[in-house]
Amino acid sequence: MSQSMTFRASIVSILILLVFLGAWWGATLPTKVDLGDMDPEYAKMMGLDTMQESDIPTPGDIGSAIWTHLSDPFYVAGSNDMGIGIQLAYSLWRVLAGFALAALVAVPLGFLIGMSPLMRKALDPYIQVMKPISPLAWMPLALYIIQDASISSIFVIFICSIWPMLVNTAYGVAAVRDDWLAVAKTLEVGPLRKAFKVILPAAAPTILTGMRISMGIAWLVIVAAEMLVGGTGIGYFIWNEWNNLDLANVIFAILLIGVVGMILDLIFGLLGKVVSYKEV
Amino acid sequence: MNTPAFIQVDNLERTFPGPMGQDPVTVFRNLNFTIEQGEFVCLIGHSGCGKSTILNILAGLDEASAGYVFMENKEVTGPGLERGVVFQGHALMPWLTVRENVAFAVKSRFKDKPKSEINAQVEKFIDMVGLSHAIDKKPHQLSGGMRQRVGIARAFAIEPKMLLMDEPFGALDALTRGVIQDELLEICRATGQTVFMITHDVDEAILLADKILLMTNGPLAEVAECAENPLKKPRSRQEMHHDGHYYPFRNHLMDFLVNGPSTAYADKLEGDAPPPVEAPADGPRKVVNG
Repeated sequence: MSQSMTFRASIVSILILLVFLGAWWGATLPTKVDLGDMDPEYAKMMGLDTMQESDIPTPGDIGSAIWTHLSDPFYVAGSNDMGIGIQLAYSLWRVLAGFALAALVAVPLGFLIGMSPLMRKALDPYIQVMKPISPLAWMPLALYIIQDASISSIFVIFICSIWPMLVNTAYGVAAVRDDWLAVAKTLEVGPLRKAFKVILPAAAPTILTGMRISMGIAWLVIVAAEMLVGGTGIGYFIWNEWNNLDLANVIFAILLIGVVGMILDLIFGLLGKVVSYKEV
Repeated sequence: MNTPAFIQVDNLERTFPGPMGQDPVTVFRNLNFTIEQGEFVCLIGHSGCGKSTILNILAGLDEASAGYVFMENKEVTGPGLERGVVFQGHALMPWLTVRENVAFAVKSRFKDKPKSEINAQVEKFIDMVGLSHAIDKKPHQLSGGMRQRVGIARAFAIEPKMLLMDEPFGALDALTRGVIQDELLEICRATGQTVFMITHDVDEAILLADKILLMTNGPLAEVAECAENPLKKPRSRQEMHHDGHYYPFRNHLMDFLVNGPSTAYADKLEGDAPPPVEAPADGPRKVVNG
């Protein structure tokens, strides 16, 4: 039943793709231009033709752009001309660095907030004010203080991915069942062992959900941050190709961002499955 | 009293703050009883008389508002490994297997033992409750009865001086309950374990307990009677209703639950002979809490 459901769903997925590609292809067909009674020779000299190519790239253009980029992803031919693999690696590095730093701060702090109602009350106003700030708003301050574009974008990733992890960790830790804590108490389990063997595994699914949300946000923000600071990265690549008016490359980069984002989300989904447990 | 009791409870009282400015509620007060080493003591009473609170105070998980609990002449002030607890809702950690759940407790108790000895201890006690075949399963793969057995194995595996059980079989069906009661009886007989158990099942108390504490209703609940179980040991579920004391004693306990305190069972006895069984005056007997 579920097997055939998967099968039928993939058929529908493929059909949707075909319809979309067909519509795209149809909409970007060369259009006939009515040149009136202009002399064909003169029109040719003016760069006009009876068949006008579309300004929007066709599916074929995109296909060839994908092929060009993926066949040689790691070349470096100057600071403004690097393979897509290199650009992507820069973006991923910034996201992972900022995310890892955020996790290092958010998980222990979340533990503290989750275990101590006093700290929760004390820190709550700060968290509530900091959470809704667009991460990019920090950029000027970061650039001024850090004076390094790349580290500034890492900081922006750090500041945007810290909140979901912090809030989820605190919630997960506070929601650990009293039963399990009572078991640890009656067994005279020390605070460290209790934190790692009882609270952490109990809260792990919630923490992982927070990490997954953080990673999603970080991947959204890195593109904007790199557009702003320039230099390297997938966000800069898009902005550069826009300046080159190469829409095929822009569309290719958009697709790539989507695929990489999906893979990152899948990874965290799998990690979440590893630490999940069925409550009874 | 020349030798002090193993467990001594002195004038225990627990008061909870009233909800939103109302007067505080004293759930129970003036609680006095003792438990001897190797004794199986059951506490029965209606919901709301603070049974679980008493157990939590004995376990060190809750604090008394007044009064003291002494264990071997030392005041109980917090939780400790010399007291094992079987929780009402088994309280197994769902991310650990049966083996890991029991091992968690064993490692807490015997911190310096080598791995092989820890493993042997874990396997011995899982085998004791007959779950060797399910040792590597997670709690959600087990039935309710099996989970409660793991909880019992975990509590026994730390070899506590005192076992505290909070309605351990309350959530189980009658058949499973009977089987595990038999197992528990067997284990206690073999190990001489001291047990304090909360129940509201009269038959369970008669089968298992050496001494039954009868609590009045809360608030201001008290232990109205401390009844020695008159049925001869060893008792078994199949045989115990042939004991002359079974029906009079069972009626006595039921009357207590339905009508409240009356003459203590010991005072109804003439010599060692059981008192005559009276037919219940109010028609078919009311069933109290199953």
